[in-house]
This record gives sequence, C-alpha cells and structure tokens, in this order.
Amino acid sequence: MRREIPTAIAFFVGIICIIQFFIPHRPFGTLVDVFSDWFGIVAAFAIWLGALNLLKVSLERSLSKKKTHDRWYGLVVAASFFLIFIIGMFMSGGDQFQVPGSRFDYLYVNIYTPLSSTMFALLAFFVASASYRAFRARSWEATLLLIAAFFVMLGRAPVGDQLTGFMPEGYRLSEVANWIMTYPQVAGQRAIMIGIALGVASASLRLILGLERSYLGGE
Amino acid sequence: MAENPTEMKPGLFDRLMRIDRRVIFIFISVALIVPLFFNISQRIQVSPEVQMLNDAMNKVPDGGLVLFAMDYDPPSAPELQPMAVAAFKVALAKKFKMVIIGLWPQGPMQANMAFETATHDPRFKDVKLTYGVDYVNLGFQSGNEAVIQKMGSDIPTTFPRDYAGTPVDQLPLMKGIKNLGNFDFMVNISAGYPGTREWVQFGADRFGLKMVSGSTAVQTTEMSPYVGKQLLGLMGGMRGAAEFEQVSGYPGRAIKFMVGQSVAHVIVIVFIVIGNIAYFATRKRKGA
Repeated sequence: MRREIPTAIAFFVGIICIIQFFIPHRPFGTLVDVFSDWFGIVAAFAIWLGALNLLKVSLERSLSKKKTHDRWYGLVVAASFFLIFIIGMFMSGGDQFQVPGSRFDYLYVNIYTPLSSTMFALLAFFVASASYRAFRARSWEATLLLIAAFFVMLGRAPVGDQLTGFMPEGYRLSEVANWIMTYPQVAGQRAIMIGIALGVASASLRLILGLERSYLGGE
Repeated sequence: MAENPTEMKPGLFDRLMRIDRRVIFIFISVALIVPLFFNISQRIQVSPEVQMLNDAMNKVPDGGLVLFAMDYDPPSAPELQPMAVAAFKVALAKKFKMVIIGLWPQGPMQANMAFETATHDPRFKDVKLTYGVDYVNLGFQSGNEAVIQKMGSDIPTTFPRDYAGTPVDQLPLMKGIKNLGNFDFMVNISAGYPGTREWVQFGADRFGLKMVSGSTAVQTTEMSPYVGKQLLGLMGGMRGAAEFEQVSGYPGRAIKFMVGQSVAHVIVIVFIVIGNIAYFATRKRKGA
C-alpha cells in the first residue's frame, strides 16, 4: 500500500490537472485550486524540512570530534540560523518582521545582502580564470565558440561600440552580438527547449501512469 | 640537488600557458574597482529587446494596474536591482497602481529596497503614495508555478495577507482584483526558478498576461526565444539594466557599472588571446 496509494494520488491529481488545462470549469478548475493549495502547504513544509536539515547537518559538523575547518563553518551556520530565527520570530514585531526598519530587515539589508552579493561576485573572478584556461581553439567547434564568445563579450559591453564606432551601422560589435543572440542562439535554444519539453511530457506521463516510481524511493 | 640536463627550461609561451589565477584575479579586481572612482560615461546602444520593453511599459495607460513579481535574492541583486529600481521609477512616473509579490522568499524585501530607492529620486519628491491605495506588497508565497496557477483563478485566496500581515480585504487597492486577468501589465525580475519561464508558461500563455522580464545575464539566453509574443521585452544582465536606465531616462547604478564591465571584458579577452597564442606556439614546437 505504501506504493499503491501515492501512485494512485499522482495518477488522480495528474489527470485532473491535464483535464483542467483543456476544460477550466467546475469541477476541474475548483479541484486544481484545491491541489494548488495543498501543493503550497507541502512546499512550505519542504522549506522547513530543508532549513532543519541544514541545521542538523551543521550542528553535527560543529560537534564533530574531527578537527577540521568544517567544524567552524558548521558552527557559523548554526549560530546564524538561531540568530536570524530568534530575531525574526520574536524581536521584529511578529508579522511585521519584513517591514523596513524592523530588526530582521536591518540584518537582511546590512548583513545578509552584502554577504550574499560578495559570494556571488566571486564568480566573476572564477569565470575570468576559467575562460582563460578553457577557451582554447583546440577544435573547429571550440574555435566557433571562441569567436562567438569574442563578439558577444565585447558587443555586450559599451567598449565594443567604442572600438567599432567607425564601422557602418549594422556592423558594429553590439549589433553583431545582438545578431548572434537573436538568430543562431535563439535557434539553438528553441531546439533545446523543444527537446526538453518532449522529455518533460514523456517523464510526466510515466509518473502519472505509475511507470516511473523512483520518487517513492527504490526501484 | 643537480638539475636534470634532459629537462627543458619552460619558455615564455609555456609560462603564458600557465598564468597563475591570482594574476588574473588582480587584473579583474583592478578593472572592477578603479572605474568606480571615476565618473566616466559611455554611450550605450539600446538593444531591440530593451527598446521593446520600454515601449511596452509606455503603452500601458497612466494609472494602470501593474503586477511586479520579484523573483530574485541578494546574490543576483547587483544585476537585477538596478532593473527593479528603473522599472519602479517608470511606474511612479506613469502613476501605475502597483501590486508586488515574490515567488522567492527574499523577493518582496528586495522590492522594498528597490521601491525605496526609486521614491528617493528627487524627480518624485512631490509624488505622494499611500500604501494600500497606490501600491501593496503581498509578500512571498511558497509553491512556485502552483502559485501562478492559483493567481490565475483567485488572488485573494493565494495571498490572503500582505507582507506585513494585513488581510488583503482591508487594502483598498486589492478590492476588485480577482485574478491575473485584472492586471494591465506585469514586470517580472527573475534570477532563476521559479521565474520568467514559469510566468510565461503559466501566466502569459495561459491567462494572456502582458509581461516583460528582466533576467540575469546567464538566464537571458534561455528567455530570448519568448521575446516577441510571450515576452513584450527583455532586459538581460547588467547591460540590459543599463540600456533600460538609458532608454527610460532614469540613469542609475547599472550605467555606472558598465565601465567596469567593459574593462573586465577586455581583460578577459586579452587573457584568452594570450592563452591561445601560447597554446598554438607550444603546440607547434611540440609538433616539431
């Protein structure tokens, strides 16, 4: 029964959702609204589950006897978790915790935002280093990618137009970059998207019909 | 220890093949930091997608009802926050009624920050806005595309309270708003999933929502196939933000940051060229 009931639920909900797409009236429309509410509730629990799992893993790491840096990282995560949780839940005016000026908002604006932006900004450095190492004209395909990257990187920055300002309109780097992005790139993307859509449709049908049960664990 | 006489001393090209990454980091740091101290302006060519976006926003009648879905968080804010600020400035200039939501938990707070920055523009110092009448922030709702789906039929039950806990039936602006069909327009600022793709698939396609999008540079390539029909315009990355700031007439941080981006791109290209010259030189030697 542990397999049959979830499979039956997936079948029933999946079929109703498909029917509702073509017949958005009662009872299908109402049923899908109910399913959407349930999905929202399950998703909210999933967020809690994720947060608690992160806390568990971090606490285990910080209490571990292994003398590694991970202990300190785990401790920082756990301490930050409790700090933001306590301040958000009990010291920021209840429901008003997101209102500008609350203590939670202060932490968000002055600690979380700059730290997150800094972490992401580091990507620029790694991308630069990786580009230098990876963009080598080792083959015909790699050369094509390299040439496209050259035009797009220069064309997507104002310097591209400054370097080619003397060229007639339509041949400047920004216009060449736009052409690459609008035609070859979009054509490739559409092909990928159609492929993905077909794959998703077939995977969804397998789930609805109970042929794919790996989400239940095992098999 | 004596040197092995058979070992060749690495030549110039060998060394250029293996430039220490810290050297690249230093160059990029200088490229990004130094331009911040200078007031250099660069001419920015507006792309057709951003021009379309600006035209689409300007076609919305003054006082129109516009949905702002802020689906991003602080890591993407350097790229996306200038878009949000410029979009809010256009909305203030056109006296749009604004409903703000987020499918990302941090989105509504990012929206608050962007909205505050926009209202501090001296050009809007005489604009008097009342929360609940001129704009509302309905906050975050979990459920990704299911939230969009639900908004298509019933917004008050999807967002029963705003981000400060006020029931939506107490907000005058929300009276008469039943579903996505009530909005004249939508601006989505997106950093990934859930974001523009889900809004296109479940909002624009399904409920005929007229929408534009601002997305991170890495995501732009995935969104560009939608431009034209499902998306009435697209801003991609910081360049897109700078273009929108320019074309909308509200220059901001993105235009300023473009100088650093220009220099950084040139440096990356120079390193790529050096790497390739060294690659071919060493390959030729090894081949010989």
